[in-house]
Amino acid sequence: MKELFRRSRKSFSSAEITEQAQIPDDLWVKCSACREIIYKKQLYDNLKVCPKCGHHMRMSAHEWLGLLDVGSFSETDVHLLPTDPLGFVTPDESYAIKLKKSQQRTGMADAVVAGVGSINGVVLALGVGDFSFMGASMGSVYGEKMARAAERAAEMGIPLLTINTSGGARQQEGVIALMQMAKVTMALNRLAAAGQPHIAVLVDPCYGGVTASYPLVADIIIAEPGANIGFAGKRLIEQIIRQKLPAGFQTAEFMLEHGMIDMVVPRNELRDVLARLLRHYDRRRQSERLAASQAAYANGRP
Amino acid sequence: MEQHDLATVNQEHLTAWDRVLRARQPQRPHTLDYVFALCEEFVELHGDRRFGDDPAVVGGLAAFGERTVVVIGHQKGSDTRENMRRNFGMPHPEGYRKALRLMRHAEKFGLPLICFVDTPGANPNKESEERGQANAIAECIQAMTNLRTPIVAAVIGEGGSGGALAISVGDRILMQENAIYSVASPEAAASILWRDAARAPDAASALKLTAQDLYALEIIDEVVPEPPGGAHLNPQEAITTLGERIRAHLDEVCAVDLPTLLERRYAKYRSMGRYQELADVLLRSVRRG
Ligand SMILES: [Zn+2]
Repeated sequence: MKELFRRSRKSFSSAEITEQAQIPDDLWVKCSACREIIYKKQLYDNLKVCPKCGHHMRMSAHEWLGLLDVGSFSETDVHLLPTDPLGFVTPDESYAIKLKKSQQRTGMADAVVAGVGSINGVVLALGVGDFSFMGASMGSVYGEKMARAAERAAEMGIPLLTINTSGGARQQEGVIALMQMAKVTMALNRLAAAGQPHIAVLVDPCYGGVTASYPLVADIIIAEPGANIGFAGKRLIEQIIRQKLPAGFQTAEFMLEHGMIDMVVPRNELRDVLARLLRHYDRRRQSERLAASQAAYANGRP
Repeated sequence: MEQHDLATVNQEHLTAWDRVLRARQPQRPHTLDYVFALCEEFVELHGDRRFGDDPAVVGGLAAFGERTVVVIGHQKGSDTRENMRRNFGMPHPEGYRKALRLMRHAEKFGLPLICFVDTPGANPNKESEERGQANAIAECIQAMTNLRTPIVAAVIGEGGSGGALAISVGDRILMQENAIYSVASPEAAASILWRDAARAPDAASALKLTAQDLYALEIIDEVVPEPPGGAHLNPQEAITTLGERIRAHLDEVCAVDLPTLLERRYAKYRSMGRYQELADVLLRSVRRG
């Protein structure tokens, strides 16, 4: 993992992103929001935020690791592989084949990368979703990695940061997928008991069973500008109510306005905001340690 | 855990879709039918104390056997008029927040919680999103994961996705023989994965949403038999049978001390999921190959 962070940046390392930008065959990309043609290197230097309109493009889980201190990340639970518990087959393809194709295409075992790293020197556990792997739908591996990340954070006495994007529970794993909502939430009880915070970042898009479980009961909820966040999909709602939904419905700003999240933070400020938050919890722990050592000293047991 | 040989209970061979149709039968007994038949001195409690009172979720205090319990359930109607009023058992956020408030009430007074699950899903509309449907469901799930009182949940009709899970995390999960519990409605799954909502019967079969499937997958604790032909043909018998089984499970979980109960609940949900975990060496060889 260390080679991903050859370059250090003030707010956010984009080494991994820039590396991809060096692929010569498409030097220009079109912004899906404003239709501007952007020089790819400029886009990646800007953390995949459109320099013209500020549209936040999707990041892979590995790109998100640039949020951490350079070289600080060590991946965990890489051995967890998905299975096909229901023997799920549709006329198009079986779940088993879909998994294999997604694995080959993305180089990931499933939709989550988990591990331990640091931000400005504060160590934390991390779980990041990757939308390019089956829409980051939450199946058993997704749930297990997030649950272990929470338990690991609890054991180590460190905060948990989750970066969440998902189309919802993975239908191909049926109710087993649904139960991951309860499983991750269950594991977060350990983190709460350890007195450590869960900071959830919601990025575009985040829907269904993922939104309706652990991220929305996090201690701090942050969303990226313009990210689509909701429970039911827009198309489903429009079908049911038989009318168009207003512009801006189910965006990060909508969530903020309705009191569901703490803040909307642009990508280039995210690392600084996280660092500041983490310092608060860390400072609290330092003062606790200080108080404990003073008490021990007062009792004659230094 | 009791196993019922369903083939002998009623001499039928039913497809998953047959079960879906039975689970949705409007004449099936609904939550309040169970509460009124199985409990005494039911006092319905209303409102979420924040926004409103959602008729799609009912709950209150009731005497179940010698115990006072808190009951919570999705409430469908048996006719169109009642269903309109109950929104077909599809709660808005205030329904889940009413449920949450009643869960806390059960915890505060040390009363066991009985939940009846019967919803096509949480209501998907504009107002629900504005009022925080995702947050309301997430808070219920969170509360149930460590609620300091025993919880027995029974799926009595449709267990529709997150909207069902929100009131069915607990120490025991029972399902009636013709009840279903699914990550998505067969119609929704069919329109996404089959690109044709009419393929819902195929989706129903693939999703493994029947009580029998979910017992085999170790998601639920018991399949509770229904009268021949389904609960709607003999509601009284269906109610009595489920009542006996809830009673038996409640006796068991109430006999366990609270820390042990919570530990077991943790282990129950923590172990849910099917994945492979390879050793390092093996993994390297897999990656090479
Ligand atoms: Zn743009």
